[in-house]
Amino acid sequence: MIKYIIKRLLVGALTLFILMTVTFFAVRAIPGNPFAQDSRGLSPEAYAALEHKYGLDKPVTEQYVIFLQNAIKLEFGESIAKKGQQVIDIIADRAPVTFKLGVVAFVISVVFGIALGVISALTKKRWVNSLITTFATLGVSIPSFLFAIITMYLFGVKFKLVPLMGLDSWQNYILPAFALALSPISMITRLTRSSLKDVMNKDYITLARSKGTGELKVILKHGLKNAMLPIVTYCGPMFAGLVTGSLVIERLFTIPGIGAEFTNSITNRDYTLVMGLTIFLGLIVIIMTIVSDIVAALIDPRIKLGK
Amino acid sequence: MTDKNVILTDDMFELLDDSEKNSEFIAIESKTFFRDTWDRFKKNKLALFGLIFLVLMVLGAIFVPMFSKYGYTTQNMQLRNALPSLEHPFGTDGLGQDILVRVMYGARISLSIGFVSALINLVIGVIYGGIAGYLGGKVDMVLMRIIDIIYSVPSVLYTLLILMVFGNNIFSMIVAISITSWIQMARQVRTQVMSLKEMEFAMAAKVLGAGHMRILLKHLVVNALGPIIVCLTMMVPNAIFTEAFLSMLGIGLDPLIPSWGALANDCRQLLFTYPIQIIWPIAAICLTILSLNFIGDGLGEALEAKR
Repeated sequence: MIKYIIKRLLVGALTLFILMTVTFFAVRAIPGNPFAQDSRGLSPEAYAALEHKYGLDKPVTEQYVIFLQNAIKLEFGESIAKKGQQVIDIIADRAPVTFKLGVVAFVISVVFGIALGVISALTKKRWVNSLITTFATLGVSIPSFLFAIITMYLFGVKFKLVPLMGLDSWQNYILPAFALALSPISMITRLTRSSLKDVMNKDYITLARSKGTGELKVILKHGLKNAMLPIVTYCGPMFAGLVTGSLVIERLFTIPGIGAEFTNSITNRDYTLVMGLTIFLGLIVIIMTIVSDIVAALIDPRIKLGK
Repeated sequence: MTDKNVILTDDMFELLDDSEKNSEFIAIESKTFFRDTWDRFKKNKLALFGLIFLVLMVLGAIFVPMFSKYGYTTQNMQLRNALPSLEHPFGTDGLGQDILVRVMYGARISLSIGFVSALINLVIGVIYGGIAGYLGGKVDMVLMRIIDIIYSVPSVLYTLLILMVFGNNIFSMIVAISITSWIQMARQVRTQVMSLKEMEFAMAAKVLGAGHMRILLKHLVVNALGPIIVCLTMMVPNAIFTEAFLSMLGIGLDPLIPSWGALANDCRQLLFTYPIQIIWPIAAICLTILSLNFIGDGLGEALEAKR
């Protein structure tokens, strides 16, 4: 087990390193200049001073080494567009907003997904089943941001049930969280359904029933518990989807989170902030994937034998 | 034993009635591979609906902008925000531009991005996955680890970086989308090739002295065509989704090009003013993605039944 965890961690570290390298050189290759906005009135000396301040006058390889050294110390320098603000502070400021939304969407996805999946796997009524299956098919096909626009119009503009912008009250979370959760709900519904259907045909379920165990206990303790594995493994990629999906959802609902900051930093050619945010987002996803892999291996020891 | 003294004469036989001539012939009409698949595909109503919708969309994308008297930027200030009419079946937008023409022009862009990037994925994926699966061993391990690493970072991050480096034109959009989505194809091809190369016909080709390239392309890949086609169909909606996603973020294509993403992005302003106009681009994107998913599922079932 420990060997498996160490192996996963090493692969994770390597991935992060490659992401950092790719980001570093990609950002350097972007045409345009971070000082473009105020370079018109700048004298060549002042321009050189600016470049010197951010270390952009050094050779690229040297910049790269400095960048790696600083990154290990979690220092990403000062934002170029937002004078006087440290990248790490901006992240610390914005990340909680995105996380709150992400956690709400995560909980919604898991609760609704599993509930719908269980109902659809166990129901004897055909129309219930086909209703849920249709929903699951639509859910993976409709892009989250289009779903968001439709719900914004219906519940925000037409019936005025929920506020549209910002994140001031709990009602603000409803639309963005459901938009983010739409595709995960559908995926979890499908996974739960097929996995639970498999499990419920196993002999130990019949055994549990024949011993007189209550039906609810059979479903929860013997059925669902054994059907959880594919759902746990899906949680890693799902979190990645929630994080990257929030880029566009935050823009739609004008939520001041990481995603909004990320798009702005790209339009502003804010080298340091882009790198800081890319690495941060990548790190979250890598950690989440490792965690869900390890949890899956803990639940089902057969997994690591297969690897 | 038979009596050797019996002499056979003509009157001992009589001609068979025409209707009975083929009475022992029970084989069904032989069908080609594609005919067979098509027959099975046809039975799936949803897949057939998807195919019809997609064909109509492609025809519309080609011919509507060609034959309409309005260009996609023809403005008519007298007729702004008009409701649907015979002149303008989808109405006009805030600049008096015909929405039908714009949506169909968007279909040209989005569908071309989808199909071209799917083709690029096909080429890269088949070569990469084919080599990994065919050679196996150490080569396979290295190639697969590379894939794992690329895959564990959200593809949106790479896509954004590439768009920033190469500028916001259609070419860089296609490159950006293709850069990560070939992975799925490569994995699929690898699994197929790995199991197919153990089969007798591959052995036979080898014994007959066929070269590696020939065995791989003419024997293994051709036999894996089913899953490859299904995977290919699923990639087109993915590309359409990514284009719309990036344009919604404001870092996709040039906003003056009416791609579906750009049209959907305009919806945000229309929510409070002319909500009827947001229906068209959203319906176009959702129905196209849904159709392609149905086609993919249908093809999957039709080809699977063969095995």
